[in-house]
Amino acid sequence: MIKKKSIFQLLTEKPWEKDQIEADNQHEGKTVNLSKQKLGLRTIMAASTVLFSLFIVAYSDRMLISDWKNMPEPWLLWLNTGILIISSLVFHMTTKYAEKDIFDKTKNGLYFIGFLAYSFLIGQLIVWYQLMNTGYYATSNVANSFFYLFTTIHGLHIVGGIYFWGKTTSKFIKKSLKKEEINNLIDTCAVYWHFLLAVWIVLFGLMLST
Amino acid sequence: MSDEYEHKLEAKSDYVGDASSVSTPDIDAVPAAELPDQELYHSHSWWTTYVFSQDAKYIGIQYALTAVGTGLLGLVLSWLMRIQLAFPGLGWLDPASYYQFVTMHGMIMVVYLLTALFLGGFGNLLIPLMCGARDMAFPYVNMLSYWAFVVAVLVLLASFFVPGGPTGAGWTLYPPQAITAGTPGSDMGIILMLISLILFVAGFTMGGLNYIITVLQLRARGMTLMRLPLTIWGIFTATVLAMFAFPALLVGCLMMTLDSLLGTSFFMPAMVSLGETLTHEGGSPILFQHLFWFFGHPEVYIVALPAFGIVSDLLSVHSRKTIFGYRMMVWAIVGIGALSFFVWAHHMYVSGMNPWFGFFFATTTLIIAVPTAVKVYNWILTLWRGNIQLSLPMLFSLGFIVTFLNGGLTGLFLGNVTVDVPLSDTYFVVAHFHMVMGIAPLLVIFGAIYHWYPLITGRMMNETLGKIHFWITFIGSYAIYFPMHYQGFVGVPRRYFEIYDSPYIDTSTLLLNKFITIAVLIVGAAQLLFLYNLIVSARLGRKSEKNPWKANSLEWQTPQMPPEHGNWGKELPKVYRWPYDFSVPGAKEDYIPQNQPPSEIIGAKVEKT
Repeated sequence: MIKKKSIFQLLTEKPWEKDQIEADNQHEGKTVNLSKQKLGLRTIMAASTVLFSLFIVAYSDRMLISDWKNMPEPWLLWLNTGILIISSLVFHMTTKYAEKDIFDKTKNGLYFIGFLAYSFLIGQLIVWYQLMNTGYYATSNVANSFFYLFTTIHGLHIVGGIYFWGKTTSKFIKKSLKKEEINNLIDTCAVYWHFLLAVWIVLFGLMLST
Repeated sequence: MSDEYEHKLEAKSDYVGDASSVSTPDIDAVPAAELPDQELYHSHSWWTTYVFSQDAKYIGIQYALTAVGTGLLGLVLSWLMRIQLAFPGLGWLDPASYYQFVTMHGMIMVVYLLTALFLGGFGNLLIPLMCGARDMAFPYVNMLSYWAFVVAVLVLLASFFVPGGPTGAGWTLYPPQAITAGTPGSDMGIILMLISLILFVAGFTMGGLNYIITVLQLRARGMTLMRLPLTIWGIFTATVLAMFAFPALLVGCLMMTLDSLLGTSFFMPAMVSLGETLTHEGGSPILFQHLFWFFGHPEVYIVALPAFGIVSDLLSVHSRKTIFGYRMMVWAIVGIGALSFFVWAHHMYVSGMNPWFGFFFATTTLIIAVPTAVKVYNWILTLWRGNIQLSLPMLFSLGFIVTFLNGGLTGLFLGNVTVDVPLSDTYFVVAHFHMVMGIAPLLVIFGAIYHWYPLITGRMMNETLGKIHFWITFIGSYAIYFPMHYQGFVGVPRRYFEIYDSPYIDTSTLLLNKFITIAVLIVGAAQLLFLYNLIVSARLGRKSEKNPWKANSLEWQTPQMPPEHGNWGKELPKVYRWPYDFSVPGAKEDYIPQNQPPSEIIGAKVEKT
């Protein structure tokens, strides 16, 4: 185990002092108690958060100009949001099953999550189709442009998630990894799913409220 | 004061002495490796060894060679521009190609040469070796990162061959002019530029993920963060900056691509172009400027911080002395990195902003000068009474200090709104940023290549050729940029493709332009000498002994030099100290490698810094 240290504690260490030398010689080489996949995911989530925040800043700035016309939110978006919430819940339960080593339930959970993720993407495409049929093109107004941009970028994140979900699921079915290793991967995917749900709720909330 | 110091030294030597009287293996004790050793991908064919390599060392070299190749194009473009400026009568370039060359030169040098070389090149080569890891955390992703960079470069180069040529909007790509008819390359050229940047950001994110995780999680036993060489601190902090800054570029590029391809109005205001009203309305060009510079200013430090780190290590090794104020250096790197996100609008003083806004950014800009000055003082104090070896890396490092100071001082002037407004569109700015983020980091790159060349090839580069290269580059770059400061003061505007005889332009300007161009041609040619040295020494250079510079950091302590696949042979290194124990009183050698156990250096008084 690694003792938790704040960044200030880390940066004020005096590596030349006797006590510090003794403590440092016992150091195991890791900074935090996380698998490299989990820490990697956190790094990616931090970068993604910056990306979405900047989109939101751009949205809020552009909104102030008078040509802005709000667009309607089709009811299907609520359904899609529901799908995301359910898939996040299922993923949470699946991690619990994986921890308890219940193979069948974990497997079914993983399949169901994949199904939900694809349904979400198809749902979003249907929303696009509906909006275009009613004349809300990406170029008609900048509010629409932002809607299409947000859904695309969020959708691409989901596609990335599906790629890693696929890899994890196939490894799980083949039982090619040790229990801790595969559980680590499933947990990592679950965190990403929750993150994408949070991002979607923020984006959807922003578009609803303006 | 001095008594206390002596006393501490004694206490220190007591400690070492005491430890030796106890059983010897005890003081060398480190915890057993708790984690299983990293699994490595072992290549089976020529393709997976040399082309689609997953070994960070190869990827680093691939990155460096690709970046240098692209950089050479940037160099040639600068020659073409300078010939046009000095001899406008030749009709060498038309205005369109001049702008295209300016744009491509800027973008290539900042993003595709410097960023790729420092982080992709030196990052990949040095992070696993200096941290004591076998490879990066995710070698496959690392390989993808390099190939995304290659595709980005190819897309960028492809823009030279599309109808209309590459974009001529300036490296800042400001809309609306970047995507409006009349600007060179406003249809295909700019699209390819934006796609190339998007690919670069995607590739960099994959690489950056590796650098961060490797530095944080895969270090050798005993290697705490505060025992890391400053090179790693610089590269690590720069990577963190890049992970936060590149999204801004991505957002700007994506939205501008849509404006151009689909006709959306994120950045495009209502405009009349060539007598026709465009379909855009209401877009905000200033928004793009904010996004661009929110990326653009940290980008300066993405280039500068690795240079700071590397130069600190070069100065320490080649003056056989501990770096002065290690912790202060780390704090300065981290502090500069944090502050760099709060200064972006100083690039936009002339965009018409609220004076209080400008005041805020002028203040933050001047605050950055404090940690930067700390670093400069510490470099000088590292040299103070050091055993200075005037080797090639040292020469380039000294050149860096002077050049960086020079460029930094003009930065102090330009950071003030009232001084910046009249100077902003003159050659003064060109001189400033070339000094501070062109020549200064390049000198570090050269120094670093001369320093780590034996680690890569097992041979030394030719010293005489190197010295000629240094003096021509160093003096030459002053011959180029000093006159430009003067030109800026007398009001010569930048971005003009032709400075002709007019009552507003002093005749000295025309003469200086010729002088500068001749210097540019000579300095550029000297780089060919460097390339010749680089290529020929790989085969014919003097064989280097192991650890030729007698450095302490781990990259020189591998069982084989150059290090083999997996870096460390059977067992990972164990680290007992920081990499700056040079000229320790009582020690047999004037250096103590990081992985030398305490039992082997009995009697050495490890000096307090």
